[in-house]
Amino acid sequence: MKIAEQINGDFIYRILQNVQDFTLLVAKVISNLFSRPRYLTDTYTQMDAIGVSSIPIVLMTGFFAGAVLSLQTASSLKAFGAVNLTGQLVALSLVREMGPVLIALMVAGRIGSGIASELGSMVVTEQIDAMRALGTDPTKKLVTPRVVATTTMLPLLTVAGDLFGLIGGWIISLNVLQLNTNLYWSEALRSLTYLDALEGLLKPLVFGFIIGMVGCYMGISTKGGTRGVGKATTTSVVAASILVIISDFFISKIILEFRF
Amino acid sequence: MSNITFRDVSKSYGDQVVLEDFDMSVGSGMGKIILGAGGSGKSTILKMIPGLVLPDRGKVLIEDKEISSLKEDEMMPFRSRIGIVFQEGALFDSLSVFENVAYRLREHTTMSEESLSQNVQKALGFVGLADSSDKMPSELSGGMKKRVAIARAMVGNPKIILYDEPTAGLDPITSRSICNLIMRLRDIRKITSVMVTNDLGAAQVIAAEKVTNDRDGKLEFSGQNDADDPNTDFLVLHQGKIRFEGLQSSLDDSDDPYIREFLD
Repeated sequence: MKIAEQINGDFIYRILQNVQDFTLLVAKVISNLFSRPRYLTDTYTQMDAIGVSSIPIVLMTGFFAGAVLSLQTASSLKAFGAVNLTGQLVALSLVREMGPVLIALMVAGRIGSGIASELGSMVVTEQIDAMRALGTDPTKKLVTPRVVATTTMLPLLTVAGDLFGLIGGWIISLNVLQLNTNLYWSEALRSLTYLDALEGLLKPLVFGFIIGMVGCYMGISTKGGTRGVGKATTTSVVAASILVIISDFFISKIILEFRF
Repeated sequence: MSNITFRDVSKSYGDQVVLEDFDMSVGSGMGKIILGAGGSGKSTILKMIPGLVLPDRGKVLIEDKEISSLKEDEMMPFRSRIGIVFQEGALFDSLSVFENVAYRLREHTTMSEESLSQNVQKALGFVGLADSSDKMPSELSGGMKKRVAIARAMVGNPKIILYDEPTAGLDPITSRSICNLIMRLRDIRKITSVMVTNDLGAAQVIAAEKVTNDRDGKLEFSGQNDADDPNTDFLVLHQGKIRFEGLQSSLDDSDDPYIREFLD
């Protein structure tokens, strides 16, 4: 289990140590799902804090992402005389790619950093130790509810964001591109398949898990006082964002294998 | 019975050795005061008792059972018998004072709301904060936070209470009231007490005085004679090693240069 401890060399050692600890925390969170106590109240509280409070930024992000997509694709499509297909392109890129990634990045900035700084402050003020001393496993009481909340809420937020993106695209099509409302919506909805819906939901599910896990891991492994909290917060946003983009590539690649 | 024993305990963080072949024993219902400069490994000792920090080598025993080799979830029955008062209180800042004190009972018992509330109010009454139960930790002063932390540590009748710098940063009057609480828990409730501190004044008060109940049930604080039934002794830590161990009288008489420097 402690393979990393036997390897020397400071830099590689630190990386391996982090990978090992992160993996152990992931395993712990998953096993916590199947054992008592479950802290459902904490989970609902986190869902409310993470999901409901993110609605405004997610809707705004979605709306303007859809609007800009509509503008940009229309100008490219014009060259081929295919402006009519704007709805289709907006819907596909929004549902498959832009919606999940942009919203995940927004949530990583807003929620991931919040989780890391909250847990980090608890470490620094010895509240995590106090919790353990009072007989509670912090991975059960603090980490698992947060990871469950991000994992379940991000797909829901993404669906709402996608919808607002389509509306944003439609408003631009109607007012700037002078496209017919009917044409936009029929193109948009016709182009979407079940596989697109699957991709559009699977991605935020994975991204949500990543954001929650990274935020909690960085928070819980905070060292070195208030400066450590700042560092943990920054690192959690950077690491979560990079992991989101990397995993986005791999999920897209895997799903493409199932397309024709 | 709730005695604590350390046997040949060593611990280092990276290259920094904080404890080396450390031995200690605290008898049931007794007090131990650990003195030492910052970074001398004092807090590490305290955190090893409930297994929050594990030794690299050696054993930590509670009631003659080794806790340092247990898994995290096997430590829970031991932890329920141990209360810790952390340096800054470490109160959960998302919970009210009442909920902080009630935390252990809510987590580990199926007590009715009524008896839970009774227990919590009793503990808060003991530390003199019965009317602050609805406040949030951010509204409390440093001394009040520590008193709430003591209330939280004593709820559920632990047999051992550990204090990490209980009087650090407090004014003399507040500091004295904290000392009185510690002595009452040690002498009247017979709770094994381990206290880590820099504050020599407070340490001397706690070691020198004793609390008894007089006939009317009133508390009586009196100087206790060192030779006659002492219940608290000292341990001075220097660079991970024990520099001194014994009663206050021999601490005062010690001519070890480090200890003289520390005392004067």
